[in-house]
Amino acid sequence: MLEAAAQIEVQRSAGKAIIQAEKIEKYYAQPSENRIQVIAPTDLKIVPGEILALLGPSGSGKSTMLRMLSGLSRPSAGHVYWHGQPISQARVNVSIVFQSFALFPWMTVLENVEAPLQARGVAPEERRERSLRMLDTVGLDGFQSAYPKELSGGMRQRVGFARALVVEPEVLFMDEPFSALDVLTAENLRSELLELWSKKTMPTQAVFLVTHNIEEAVLLADRIIVLGRNPGHIRTDFRVEIPQPRDRKAPAFLQLVDYIYKVLTKPEEAPAQVPDQQAGRRVRDQRQMKYQMLPHARPGGIAGLLELLLDKGGRDDIYRLADDLAFEIDDLFPIVEAAQLLGFLKIEEGDVSITPAGEQFANSEILRQKELFRDAALENVLLLRQIRRALETKSNHTVPEEFFLDMLDEQFSEDECQRQMETAITWGRYAEIFDFDASRRRFVLPEAQEEEAAASEETE
Amino acid sequence: MRIQHPFARTLITVRTWPVVIDLVVALCGLAVFFGIIHMARYWWGTETPVVPISHSLRALPLYAFYSIARITLAYLLSLVFAISYGYFAAYHPRVEAWMVAVLDILQSIPVLSFLPPVVLAMVALIPGHQLGIELGVILLIFTGQVWNLAFSFYSSLKAIPREMLEAARIYRYSAWQRFWQLEMPYAAIGLVWNSIVSVAGGWFALMLCEMFTMGDRNFRLPGLGSYMQSAADSGDLDSLLIGILVVILIVVATDQLVWRPLIAWSDKFKFEQVESADRVTSPILEWLRRSPLLNSLPGTIWSRLEEPIYSRLARRAETRLHPYDEDADSRKGVIGFWAFLAVVGIAACWAVFQAAYMLRTVTWADLRLLLEGAAATFLRVNAALLISALWTIPVGVTIGFNPRLARFVQPFAQVMASVPASAFYPILLIGLIRFGGGLGFGSIALMLLGTQWYILFNVIAGAMSIPSDLREVSELYRFTPFQRWTQLILPGIFPYLITGMVTASGGAWNASVMAEYSKVKGETLQTIGLGAQISSATDHGRFPIILLATVLISLIVVSMNRLVWRRLYRLAETRFKLEG
Repeated sequence: MLEAAAQIEVQRSAGKAIIQAEKIEKYYAQPSENRIQVIAPTDLKIVPGEILALLGPSGSGKSTMLRMLSGLSRPSAGHVYWHGQPISQARVNVSIVFQSFALFPWMTVLENVEAPLQARGVAPEERRERSLRMLDTVGLDGFQSAYPKELSGGMRQRVGFARALVVEPEVLFMDEPFSALDVLTAENLRSELLELWSKKTMPTQAVFLVTHNIEEAVLLADRIIVLGRNPGHIRTDFRVEIPQPRDRKAPAFLQLVDYIYKVLTKPEEAPAQVPDQQAGRRVRDQRQMKYQMLPHARPGGIAGLLELLLDKGGRDDIYRLADDLAFEIDDLFPIVEAAQLLGFLKIEEGDVSITPAGEQFANSEILRQKELFRDAALENVLLLRQIRRALETKSNHTVPEEFFLDMLDEQFSEDECQRQMETAITWGRYAEIFDFDASRRRFVLPEAQEEEAAASEETE
Repeated sequence: MRIQHPFARTLITVRTWPVVIDLVVALCGLAVFFGIIHMARYWWGTETPVVPISHSLRALPLYAFYSIARITLAYLLSLVFAISYGYFAAYHPRVEAWMVAVLDILQSIPVLSFLPPVVLAMVALIPGHQLGIELGVILLIFTGQVWNLAFSFYSSLKAIPREMLEAARIYRYSAWQRFWQLEMPYAAIGLVWNSIVSVAGGWFALMLCEMFTMGDRNFRLPGLGSYMQSAADSGDLDSLLIGILVVILIVVATDQLVWRPLIAWSDKFKFEQVESADRVTSPILEWLRRSPLLNSLPGTIWSRLEEPIYSRLARRAETRLHPYDEDADSRKGVIGFWAFLAVVGIAACWAVFQAAYMLRTVTWADLRLLLEGAAATFLRVNAALLISALWTIPVGVTIGFNPRLARFVQPFAQVMASVPASAFYPILLIGLIRFGGGLGFGSIALMLLGTQWYILFNVIAGAMSIPSDLREVSELYRFTPFQRWTQLILPGIFPYLITGMVTASGGAWNASVMAEYSKVKGETLQTIGLGAQISSATDHGRFPIILLATVLISLIVVSMNRLVWRRLYRLAETRFKLEG
């Protein structure tokens, strides 16, 4: 009874929304009976008439979210409704524009655009006519018999748009559609998309855009959702009230960009949601875990960032830093986070400031930098400390990589384990904490230290 | 109107030529039609297991026709089977690992081991017609060419980029549309290249299958294989040479008329973002593209057939988007799966029981002989590999480093490799008899004949892939020749060398059946070896020995693959991969 009532309630509230997600989450089962939570239970609505941007750093599950909302992937728990009906039973009308374009290289531009109509059983003449009209709309008139590989990246993504729009989708999903393009082409396509949208030339009721480019989100979206990571969860959800066309240099625009940077860099006080325990399995919340998540940054990048920061007087706005470097957040954040983890800089209110340790690091010459990095890494990074200790205690001073992968496995997904290990190896090799024999996949103590360790063993 | 190849067509000046092309195409169609009629009449005729083989030149065209028809049919059968098997394996994760393992084992079994069961089954199934025996032979050729096709299709399916699959799903492609617009095109290039290897394998098997004895039964079908065999048997060197010449002619013609156009055509399925500079060209393909008949007819027929299917599929509700599960297995197929498993289990038990019952006649002496044979063949195969590697590496590297030489040698060597080594066996054997060499070492030479090409090609390709700046570095820093080889060339060609050696090793094991046991001029030449055991057991109808020897061979080949080659492969993929 209660359930039925809840169902009706859901349908009523979803009446307006095209797609409504209720407590959807995603986790992957691990062999060790643990679960790796990728996305925490999340509610989300896609309503007609707006461009919704989903913004977040890598690893926040943006693309997974898109795939669950579009019906491509089933949530591990929770439900997605399409006009109030469970999405797996509804006749869904959506399209996706892919980052890699996902065009079929053996088909001409026209055939590519026609294919979705063919799947719907549209007659050949109508198919051709509609496709040609759509190609005309996106500015590809005259290219219909070309093959995708003959086109430039921007042109190819136009084909992607034409293919997506030709089926007249109610919701157009876009998975980082501009990130494989160069800056100018991307800018051009963005403004054309806006034009199509505002003039209602495209038959679409709502657009759902996944991006890691903050300015892109502020430029295009009517509503922005910022995701946090580990596991992915909504940090903030707000409307953008700046009228179109938006000016990148306008104060309101800059303020909003700055605000998003602040949200993204602000440490989170409490877990957004209590981990769900219903299935009986242990769900690990990655914020309470033993190993820190190592940001995938290179020591050279960290040193470069600190030197730049020192040049600017030791303190700067993250947003301006990203702008100066022409970095997107996925490029910059790992470096900032790594420096923060090592105690070289501090983040407050969207500003980064260098610490005394960081200043010393930035001012030192190469060998001294390695020493400083080593001290900071051993003090702050548990994994590196453990590897080092294991190497020192073992009599042959070598430990297989697998041993540590097994420990990481408790906490991270398989891919992430590999990435964590790669980063740890890069850092450890740079700081001469250990050496890594890639062909045998083993950690070894560097020779000089080995002798040292041997000597200390003898004296003991 | 649909413009298919705008770039090819703009180059061509339209003249009266196309009419002639159409005429030729139509005549070819007519020839195929009469060929089919002739074949059907022969097949439905009464059973004649031993057809007398004439050595006259006039009989040759007909023999060639029969052999080509057999290989073509076997190839089409292989293609259908490979696609179904690969498709099923790729989309049924529960049985996937099993199906791949089965493929791995089947691939290691020499063609001759399939002979008794296949031929007996076919003759029993279709009694009274020539069709039974013919089908048996076709199936044997099929076993010689199907496995690599299946592997190729399966691995292509597994390599389709995720976003392409998602695009197909979000646009609600039916399985039909996905197959023709995504899966087949993606697999096309792999299938074409493997088809070349497969058909070469078919010719190799043909020499073995058209004429054989099994216990007290003799089989001899009209064809090139039996023509050459009987020529060798009677020591008719002239006929033998003519037979070889005809085979070479057919192979070259196939290469020019079928494979090159196919390779050139399949270029459009290349999964690449930019157009590559070097493309295979084929005058025949250009020529065919000029035919108005061929340009419009298949397309029209195809869309006539296709459109009703699409509109019907679209009307069915099944094309609705189904979310896929990454973490939780769906419970739907469980009953079917267990039922399937039970059937397979029962069948396996029955087979093991039957085999054990059959093997009870095998004595310890037989077993010892088999094990000795296994050791001998093992040594022989590896000796053949070593010798091939020793001569092909320096030669291949020289060719690979010299692009002008490569351009000249490669097409020639490619044709050489598709000429079945088994065609040359009789000549080599006659030579061996004349000069009094034993088959013990002679068989190594026979194995070499078939397998060295794989290594040579791969070494050439490997040498060509070494970036020229690395070679310049070695010159700039005055590497000694020893340094050049150990630090540049050998590591550079390593992945290619391993690929070539794996293929060659499989081929050598299969070739052992023919290399270690042959009949020439009425005598039987044989030496100790597993291949010889299989051959002589087939001749004498000793099925238990065949079974045991086959199990031994596939055990050795599969475990060699797992223990040695796969490791080297991994090493090649990680450490010796030239990136960027």
